[in-house]
Amino acid sequence: MSADPITPVLTKRWLSPQSWRLSTYEKLEGYTAIRKALAGTPEQLVQLVKDAGLRGRGGAGFPAGVKWSFMPPNEDKPHYLVINADEGEPGTCKDIPLMMADPHSLIEGCVIAAYAMRSHHCFIYVRGEALHCIRRLNAAVREAYEAGYLGKNILGSGFDLDITVHAGAGAYICGEETALLDSLEGRRGQPRLKPPFPAAAGLYAAPTTVNNVETIASVPFIVNGGADWFRQMGSEKSPGPKIFSISGHVERPGQYEAPLGTTLRELLELCGGMKDGIPLKFWTPGGSSTPLFTAEHLDVPLDFEGAAEAGSMLGTTAVQVFNETVSVPWAVMKWTQFYEHESCGKCTPCREGTYWLAQILERMVAGRGTEEDIDTLLDVCDNILGRSFCALGDGAVSPITSGIKYFRDEFLALCEDNRAKQELVGAQA
Amino acid sequence: MTTPSETPRPGPRPAKQTFAAAGEDVDVMAISPVQEEGMLTDDRPASPFDDDIVAKARELAARYPQSRSALLPMLHLVQSVEGYVSQEGVAFCADQLGLSEAEVSAVVTFYTMYKRRPCGEHLVSVCTNTLCAALGGDAIYQRLQEHLGSDGKPLGHEEVAGTPGEPGSIMLEHAECLAACDLGPVLQVNYEYYDNQTPEKAVELVDALRRGEKPAPSRGAPLSDFKSVERQLAGFFPEDTDAFRADVDGPSQAVETLRGAQLAADRGWTAPALPDDVPLPEVEHK
Ligand code: FES
Repeated sequence: MSADPITPVLTKRWLSPQSWRLSTYEKLEGYTAIRKALAGTPEQLVQLVKDAGLRGRGGAGFPAGVKWSFMPPNEDKPHYLVINADEGEPGTCKDIPLMMADPHSLIEGCVIAAYAMRSHHCFIYVRGEALHCIRRLNAAVREAYEAGYLGKNILGSGFDLDITVHAGAGAYICGEETALLDSLEGRRGQPRLKPPFPAAAGLYAAPTTVNNVETIASVPFIVNGGADWFRQMGSEKSPGPKIFSISGHVERPGQYEAPLGTTLRELLELCGGMKDGIPLKFWTPGGSSTPLFTAEHLDVPLDFEGAAEAGSMLGTTAVQVFNETVSVPWAVMKWTQFYEHESCGKCTPCREGTYWLAQILERMVAGRGTEEDIDTLLDVCDNILGRSFCALGDGAVSPITSGIKYFRDEFLALCEDNRAKQELVGAQA
Repeated sequence: MTTPSETPRPGPRPAKQTFAAAGEDVDVMAISPVQEEGMLTDDRPASPFDDDIVAKARELAARYPQSRSALLPMLHLVQSVEGYVSQEGVAFCADQLGLSEAEVSAVVTFYTMYKRRPCGEHLVSVCTNTLCAALGGDAIYQRLQEHLGSDGKPLGHEEVAGTPGEPGSIMLEHAECLAACDLGPVLQVNYEYYDNQTPEKAVELVDALRRGEKPAPSRGAPLSDFKSVERQLAGFFPEDTDAFRADVDGPSQAVETLRGAQLAADRGWTAPALPDDVPLPEVEHK
């Protein structure tokens, strides 16, 4: 049985008036999953999430159930659940609408996940600029406490949980889980060396799991529907629905929740095709840290395996679509400036590398580049990829290496113009 | 010449003592690279943080298993009073949390939302990341720079048009992806979203702000000002339920946000039906 082109699960309540209120949520099956979950054991819930094959929605795609199972079974130290709501990967815009539209689904997911991991304190680390989400979450947490879904002895189960909504302060790197933990401890948000992994020593050096918003918001549905239901959507290794955020040069950009494995061709049909019929030139499957795709990749199944096989990554399914009018070297330069700005400065390859990459690209785009610059770019990328402290560095080289791979001519053309100019100057001398 | 005295003990020393250590024949003021009134006194100006703020700071520190976690919210609290993080603000947080000022400063300078110079009544942040830029975000930012600049000089990043703190003053900044790409190009005023912008719309918006008006955002609460939203970012919301509800219920259901869900509703597409009563999996008890 194949699923419909759009499968609203996480997004199904979004059309309801005041979907963010507890009363709406309760009318639409809200807080039914926690009753079921709290009647079971933590082990059963971990097993369920493993069976469902739910993979992290924050970019890396690590199986959530496996991650949960790393948490120690004893409670020698307090356990923490931390929600990564620091959405900031360029192109990514799914968690913020989700938290605005349906904050209770995240809270219900937090209760279930915390119970499964024996945690009694959960932090939702929200990007500071997402003020309206912060308001909605605070209001929802307040409602949930009043209704007995949070606090002591939740629904008479004997399980206690507190949730603290915590606002960040503007730093992309805090989306990296260990940097997020440092930031939550009141420090500069710089990544930590792993191991130890957060499950061994995370927040306050206690066992901690960091999960993405969309991942945790999926959990109540899995509890209610079961693993087999979840697996009716998506592919064998990448099951479930996923919010595809389509932006850029398409007729109707927006949030489309479709089964994993949907292709760009199918997504374009849903969103009305390319804007004004101007042909597609390049796109990102999951944010700017995922290598670019081109019109050749219209039929690549957008799941974790499909995107990787085609030479990119699924990332956050932030599909940014650019048409023929956009210069690739310019776009690559803009993204590189972003990584330069956001590099936390902890490790040399990333700090220095992004700085020089931006300089070279700026020079090229200004028409003062040479053919050698292309090799220098690739060489610098080579020294960053796999050699930096965290994934930011790897992400930074993605647009450059993929941009040059598919659009070398455009980089060369910039240098050609420059050569012509230089010859002219020479001729005058 | 200065006679070497005993080895100084670690820790802070009163300025006068430091001055004395240089010896009487050294005119420290003359050789100082910075010459400021009062630089040799230990007196701090009266704290701008009243009892209410002190109480709030303590409440923040108590919210976390370890008080240092309260530093980020506390810096937002400082900005809600001063409109930026001043040296007094740094000292205040250090004092509340038992940290050194250097530790607090290190954090302040890491995060872009902490302003080191007084912000305007409003903060206007224009997304100039690639996607928005390609759709016109760069043009919007440039246009605002020129429009808000003076004497033919465009307004720079984090510079203020008007007098900071006074009504109608505006700090302008370019921002990274604001996670609203489907609604691009976007900008924020005091972190409320203004979607699908053009240079013309943006100019109209800032002109209205300068006239003291508060145009409603596309998504977010009714517009207030930078200091008020900083209080919310610190985790303090209106006590009054109706006032809080009015903020919380500010719009968010943009057409773009709902597009997929709407299309599915129109076409009758759904996710597979949820089965009734699926039991949780059995696991072996160890
Ligand atoms: S690129 Fe502007 S909001 Fe994402």
